[in-house]
Amino acid sequence: MKNIFLIAGKELKSYFASPIAYLLMAAFGLIFGFTFYVATRDMIRLSMQSQMMGQQQPMNVNDSIIRPLLGFAGTITLFLVPMITMRLIAEEKRTGTIELLLTSPVKDNEIILGKWLGAMLLFLCILGMSLINIAILFLWGKPDLQPVLVAYLGLILQGGCLLAIGEFISTTTRNQIIAGGVTFFVCLLLYLLNWFTAFDNGVVSQVVGYLSIVTHLDNFSKGLLSIKDVIFYFSMIFFALFLTSRSMESLRWRS
Amino acid sequence: MIKVEGLTKRYARTVAVDNISFEVEKGQIVGFLGPNGAGKTTTMRMLTCFLPPSEGKANVAGFDVVEHPMEVKRRIGYLPETPPVYPEMAVDEYLDFVGRLKGISNADIKRRVDDSVAKCALGDVREKLIGKLSKGYRQRVGLAQAIIHNPDVLILDEPTSGLDPKQIIEIRDLLRSLAGDHTIILSTHILPEVEQSCERVIIITQGRVVAMDTVANLTNRMRGSEAIAVEIESGAGNPTVSEAQQRLEQISGVSRVLAKEPKDGRLRFEIESLQGRQIRADLARAVVNAGWNLSELASVGSSLEDIFLQLTASEQKSALPAAPAEPETPAEVQPQ
Repeated sequence: MKNIFLIAGKELKSYFASPIAYLLMAAFGLIFGFTFYVATRDMIRLSMQSQMMGQQQPMNVNDSIIRPLLGFAGTITLFLVPMITMRLIAEEKRTGTIELLLTSPVKDNEIILGKWLGAMLLFLCILGMSLINIAILFLWGKPDLQPVLVAYLGLILQGGCLLAIGEFISTTTRNQIIAGGVTFFVCLLLYLLNWFTAFDNGVVSQVVGYLSIVTHLDNFSKGLLSIKDVIFYFSMIFFALFLTSRSMESLRWRS
Repeated sequence: MIKVEGLTKRYARTVAVDNISFEVEKGQIVGFLGPNGAGKTTTMRMLTCFLPPSEGKANVAGFDVVEHPMEVKRRIGYLPETPPVYPEMAVDEYLDFVGRLKGISNADIKRRVDDSVAKCALGDVREKLIGKLSKGYRQRVGLAQAIIHNPDVLILDEPTSGLDPKQIIEIRDLLRSLAGDHTIILSTHILPEVEQSCERVIIITQGRVVAMDTVANLTNRMRGSEAIAVEIESGAGNPTVSEAQQRLEQISGVSRVLAKEPKDGRLRFEIESLQGRQIRADLARAVVNAGWNLSELASVGSSLEDIFLQLTASEQKSALPAAPAEPETPAEVQPQ
């Protein structure tokens, strides 16, 4: 347990020792801020228009700003994750520091969990940038808190799942570019899987749709916390980390 | 302290380490000598539990590397060929991290870091980023990392590569001061290196142990003894192989008589002298006195010397182009 935190702390420090952490935080903050501005502006216009036309349609901050924005943040995650995970283990393999980790009295699983946790912490820092905008809504409006929390939980779970997949892919190569590229395409594929179900409701479609990370995130961003979706993310995280540990073990046999 | 039996590492098409066995006593410094690709690194990786052996057993600090890797890892310090350092970390920070990784408690960590910084003379650079250090300093950081938890066994893969002569001497002195408390295995391809810092030498080439002895014995054999090829005519009035061998072995100053395949009706032997003894005249006299026909008496290089020559020759060839392959400051942290 101590080792997991030790490695996670080291990973987080490494991220902040290079420009990557600041770059990702700034980029995410910028894009999120931009979409926040657009969504808020449009909502204000729409509500003014509807008032002028005499319609008494109550506008809901949760539905018209927070939900689409946090849903969009889930999409940005696809781009963030490869950049976070590409170096995780590929870099250690390239510079040979993996030999230090694997010859220290630390279990493989502690290394894997530590690295995943470090990546998670950076992801949380990046996601934290969006709180600046959400805080503005809470200062001048009265959105419901609960659906916001659920949506964030969804984003965190989805992030954890994609980061675990990214970590697995990072163990398979010593080239960061390959690790990052493959991770991006795998994330994209998982994201697109729900297209499969758009006009088809067969068993295969249902299974494929279930595997899509978006289907589950949708529920979260609607503010629906269902145990089914939580279990989906946890099982995906567990499965990806399990693959990582297998892959780490095979490193020893092949390298 | 280290006991290796029949250790073998096979890859899909090659055998990197082929059935090697040796033992290292507590407190000794043992040198692994061999050309590049001889299997030194692979052997060390198996001893440090980085690679599992395909066959055979290795016992390090009282524990089997396959059955109790955690116990072994706790008791070893390992410096791989390229020092396993994180360029984005400061020396202090890095040693603190490694120390904790090796299981040093919060209470001890500061003292242990100070200690290994002092031992490896890193005081001047302890707050610098490792990525900014020269190769020599990085090597020392690697060494500091290996000794930080005061391990029973130190396994060092070419600890002096990339260092200037002054630094090499410093590292040698450091190693000598560490021996006694620590058992040290170090690999090298430089012969004088072994002579100066090791007590025993294991020479391996192509995955096999070809010689294993104390440095004193090896150098004596190399320098003081000579090997002589003797050919005696066989046939009527002349001896059988075993008769001749017996007779030759009785000559004073002879350490070993090796019978070779007879050729062209001649018995052939290779005879090694004890260190510092001239035996050619005695050999000739003995053969003639026995009434046999001596047909040839020639000096040949000792087989051990051949090995060394072979090693150093192939080393010189491969060392030259390898040197510039490691740039002074490799680009580690690439902006992604």
